[in-house]
Amino acid sequence: MSDVITMAHGSGGSATGELIDEIFAPAFSNETLLAMEDSAVVDGSKKIAMTTDSFVVTPLIFNGGDIGRLCVCGTVNDLLMRGAVPKYITCGFILEEGLETDTLKKCVASLAETAKEAGVCVVAGDTKVVEGHGGLYINTAGVGLFPDGDKDISALNSADGDEIIVSGTMGDHHATIMAHRLEIDTDIKSDNAPLTEMTSRLLASGIPIHTMRDITRGGLGTVLKELAQSSNTVFYINEEMIPIAHSVREFARLTGIDPVYMGNEGKMVVTVPGEFADKALEIIRGSRYGENAAVIGEVKKDENRTGKLIMRTKLGGERSLDILRGEGLPRIC
Amino acid sequence: MKDLKEIISFLKEYDGEEIRIMEICGSHTGAIAKNGIEAMLSEKICLISGPGCPVCVTPSAYIDRLIELSLESDTTVVTFGDLLRVPGSRESLREAQGRGAKVKMVYSPMDIIGIAKDSPDNKFVFAAIGFETTTPVYALLLDTLVKEKIENVKLLTALKTMPEVVDVLCSGGAKINAFIAPGHVCVVTGSRIFEPAAQKYHLPFVVSGFEGEDLLRTIYLLVQNKGEGKVINNYPSVVSYEGNEKAQALVEKYFTKADASWRGIGNVTGSGRLIRPEFSRYDAGSAGLEYDEKKNKACSCDKVIMGLISPEECPLFGKICNPGNPQGACMVSPEGSCNTRFCMG
Repeated sequence: MSDVITMAHGSGGSATGELIDEIFAPAFSNETLLAMEDSAVVDGSKKIAMTTDSFVVTPLIFNGGDIGRLCVCGTVNDLLMRGAVPKYITCGFILEEGLETDTLKKCVASLAETAKEAGVCVVAGDTKVVEGHGGLYINTAGVGLFPDGDKDISALNSADGDEIIVSGTMGDHHATIMAHRLEIDTDIKSDNAPLTEMTSRLLASGIPIHTMRDITRGGLGTVLKELAQSSNTVFYINEEMIPIAHSVREFARLTGIDPVYMGNEGKMVVTVPGEFADKALEIIRGSRYGENAAVIGEVKKDENRTGKLIMRTKLGGERSLDILRGEGLPRIC
Repeated sequence: MKDLKEIISFLKEYDGEEIRIMEICGSHTGAIAKNGIEAMLSEKICLISGPGCPVCVTPSAYIDRLIELSLESDTTVVTFGDLLRVPGSRESLREAQGRGAKVKMVYSPMDIIGIAKDSPDNKFVFAAIGFETTTPVYALLLDTLVKEKIENVKLLTALKTMPEVVDVLCSGGAKINAFIAPGHVCVVTGSRIFEPAAQKYHLPFVVSGFEGEDLLRTIYLLVQNKGEGKVINNYPSVVSYEGNEKAQALVEKYFTKADASWRGIGNVTGSGRLIRPEFSRYDAGSAGLEYDEKKNKACSCDKVIMGLISPEECPLFGKICNPGNPQGACMVSPEGSCNTRFCMG
């Protein structure tokens, strides 16, 4: 096969066959996919969870991950956050001509490995080639099942007396991508990861989980503000308790971006009634990707402040946080 | 000095005469909000945001001129990101992009060198706005253009200097009793530049860093020194009395003092800088960009910048004017008073 993707690889002819035989089929061999039917027919449960997400990140390969790993984590984590067990995903690839075959191979291999880790099967796929400059875009859709009946885990459910737990350090993925784009050398690594083990252990523990949300674009500030609004409560968080890796904190200072608004791709926030917080924290900390988890605040009912996210600052002040506005551009002076 | 705990309780319990303190640096505005400092002060200590965000004080004539340049067939405007959304008298650069304006965003003015070398047949204009902090970088850019004989780059400047506008603020109606002096500006200029105003108006100026603790100590010093005409350097780790003389010399080489137009304030004598006549081939027509028309007549950015009203007192604040749809410059930049109040209030 040639070193770069050309328009011929999208023709549907022999070059397309080569692309599928050499890159996609070896990575995703499973009975459903290899049947090469027009659609996949799979087992289900009475209710299912469905989601879709498109991935357009540059660079395609970054410290700690790549677009292949990312496109599984994003979709799988969205399913997990509703208490579903992710089972199937589909992948739609859009390749720009000029994409290096090696890069595609690496990303596809990483996608397959991450799918395996997350316990999902790639049951359908599609590839198109378009004119361009060697880019790669991937859309994934996912289906999750509820083998033990569906769960009432929702953004609406956070309530007075809940404690707020985050599963690890904030901003790692965002800082990784920004550093690449700004050509700044750092040891910061993306946290892109499927949270399958963590959530399944939490669900199995019987703890009454009110809300789970993955902390992606917009960061912790945006996610918690939305949760406060959805559940008509006030979210109080303590600046000092928010875990942020030292290198990410320094990077944020350098670029003038607030780590509270920097996104992740393998972190979640959980709210549980206060009396279950210690137990939930212990489970998350004992799970893969959860070693830096922390309780960062609590949910309260207060008619005068409904829908607000309030941060108690390190100094002892208070600051109200809104959702992320604009693009988080670096300061100019 | 007292320890931080004592300072915190002093500031919370302060029951003396009311003191109105202005910060004139956008980064201070952000740091005060980020650390939740207003909630830590007694009601007798009032913080006011001044004209310290370069984006916020750039007049509409300047934006209009940038748009005009970006629409010329062979010219691209190169700029920092937050200038894109500042309204001119009719539209912003970003809106103009919809009708073909060529704009490129960069993180450092020096990036324009590589861009210009890659496209020798095109012209590039850097949108050079800023205070004393940023001006040395533009001087360095000019120095590089001259030394490397790069002829397809010009600057459209809107450069401002602090002491002259501080004079306007002191003689205006905002009733300011004390100033948090801009730390980054003083790194370049030295703390001495605020001495004339301090002595003339009998007001304390404290040069401050940007951590929450720095700001609390600064506010404490200002309260303690109310009525005293002096400059105190509370950021001695990087600020000296004389400043960075090398940077000052480079600025002097390429720029001369000039009048400048401030959005919402008007023309202030000697409050800006222009490229010296001998380097005028690098100037994209920066002189005389004075008019300042509001996109929305009810916008009160001018009063906010002067410290006459707080952002909430503007009839547009939080309604039609928000960070997604800014009507005035103070809502655009993350360092603008209205934007800061909206996002962190």
